[in-house]
Amino acid sequence: MMSDTNYLTTDFTLRSWFLTTDHKRIAILYFASLIVFFFIGGAAATLIRIELATPQADLVSSDVYNRLFTMHGIIMVWFFLIPSIPNTLGNFIVPLMIGARDLAFPRLNLMSWYIFMLGGCTTLFAIFAGGVDTGWTFYTPFSTLYSNSYVIVAAAGVFIAGFSSILTGLNFIVTIHRLRAPGLTWYRLPLFLWSLYATSVILVLATPVLAITLLLMATERFFGVGIFDPRIGGDPLLFQHLFWFYSHPAVYIMILPGMGVINELISCFSRKQVFGYKFVAWCSLAIAAVGFLVWGHHMFVSGQSLVASLVFSFMSFIVAVPSAIKVFNWTATLHKGSIHFDAPMLYALGFIGLFTVGGLTGLFLACLAYDVHATDTYFVVAHFHYIMVGGMVTAYFGGLHYWWPKITGRLYSEYWARTAAVLIFFGFNLTFFPQFILGAEGMPRRYHVYPPEFQVWNVLSSGGATILAVAYLMPLFYLGYSAFFGKRAPANPWDAPGLEWQTSSPPPEHNFTTQPVVTRDPYQYNEAFQAEPQNA
Amino acid sequence: MTDWRPPLALIGAWLGLLALLALTVTLAYVPLGAGNAVVALTIGTIKAGLVATIFMELWHRRGLTLVFAGAGLFWLGILLYLGSMDFLTRT
Repeated sequence: MMSDTNYLTTDFTLRSWFLTTDHKRIAILYFASLIVFFFIGGAAATLIRIELATPQADLVSSDVYNRLFTMHGIIMVWFFLIPSIPNTLGNFIVPLMIGARDLAFPRLNLMSWYIFMLGGCTTLFAIFAGGVDTGWTFYTPFSTLYSNSYVIVAAAGVFIAGFSSILTGLNFIVTIHRLRAPGLTWYRLPLFLWSLYATSVILVLATPVLAITLLLMATERFFGVGIFDPRIGGDPLLFQHLFWFYSHPAVYIMILPGMGVINELISCFSRKQVFGYKFVAWCSLAIAAVGFLVWGHHMFVSGQSLVASLVFSFMSFIVAVPSAIKVFNWTATLHKGSIHFDAPMLYALGFIGLFTVGGLTGLFLACLAYDVHATDTYFVVAHFHYIMVGGMVTAYFGGLHYWWPKITGRLYSEYWARTAAVLIFFGFNLTFFPQFILGAEGMPRRYHVYPPEFQVWNVLSSGGATILAVAYLMPLFYLGYSAFFGKRAPANPWDAPGLEWQTSSPPPEHNFTTQPVVTRDPYQYNEAFQAEPQNA
Repeated sequence: MTDWRPPLALIGAWLGLLALLALTVTLAYVPLGAGNAVVALTIGTIKAGLVATIFMELWHRRGLTLVFAGAGLFWLGILLYLGSMDFLTRT
């Protein structure tokens, strides 16, 4: 039942929202901001897909097209994917899951949102004042010597947002170490927290390197100091080494929290413990660690030495092992489970399929010989969208539906939620599977015109994107409606054992009226919770 | 309201960093060949040590804080090792 006073009803003033130190309200601030960024990035993708419906240039010039895919990449990577699960669901759920009143540093948490918004607004200014045409990777020498766009302003926005990432990572690490409820040992932690912990370690260790890289880029562009330009003593590959040292682990910043969400969903809607809990937990840390050793696979055709390429290729195969362990363990969890096809579970099942396709095609790209053929083709575009959109965004939507009753205290329409989940799965595959074929046939990425023989696959892809766009818009309406008019949610609509379900929906300002004490493992569905999900 | 003054150690470390900066700039103009890079990196390492021990207060820390600081250093080593592997094996 909805309690009389909760974090939503303690105060209704704008001041109470914009100066709040309550992790739950800060999560809502992030959530609202990320919706805006998601739809700006999505608008750029829509224009790209409309342009690519025909082989010739109909809608935009090559110059505008360059700015569109750059805008799409920068916004989606740094202002949606990276903060999505940690800063919204993580911010809301972490203290509830560990039985704490708040994160370890509540003011730092609020500051990280303001820094994020400053970075986001700076980047948006660069994009709307004239745009950036370097691609999201800011590769030199284009970004330092030739591009006349607002590249440094956009990079400054990303640089600023990086501090927000570091603060959030630091906050989660300290919170998970210091604020766990009595009895909540490391092996009793929900796997979502193991994933967020691994993500936070990457955030703290990798993000400073991105900041240094962007500063060096600005230094060379403004002061002519030879860092990347070989004519003045620099090394042209140094930028790529530094950039990918951050940006490949950033892929795991994006996907690890998604994997964490999937653990919760698969377990809850199979009514079973996660198979091989310790393996899954340690695999999160293994992915975080080994993920730092593979960045050179982005540089196989850059002129990097063959020895380095061989080492990075080998390590790229190694990093697939802990990811594969997770997929096998989720599948084993489903085996003989009491499976309920509620909307969050549909997203979770979609995630497993899409992430697996994305992961397996990543192994193609880890092969030196095939990568030479596939580099800069639509095969790469399809591969990373299967991971980041098919994986991460699907997990984000799954987690959002799972914890929505806790966040808002309201139940949404199962019918519309299931319809959206199914549409997202089919729309996504129709959009991106044809791109594997286009890439294998040699269609390069980042061109707004292409030979006519590629049109069939491009039309299919654009058609799929239309379905996907509609499916992504649907939750905005039915979740938005439910937030105001939905049925009141009970404290524990899924009959789940996690601590977050033991407080009211929505939770009170300080989460728990009495300090919870943990006496059992995290996924004890068989012993303590035989009941069916109440929302089913 | 009491007047707050920065501890002497912080002021000393700051002055030390400025002196090392001046030394870096001065020695950059002395023709030492490959020795210039060695000198610059050595001074840079001393500066990083000052920041870590005094500004970050690692000198007085134990346990988990040192583990995380060590992890940062270890990861820097990974960047330098795998990054330099490319430079050293190019043909």
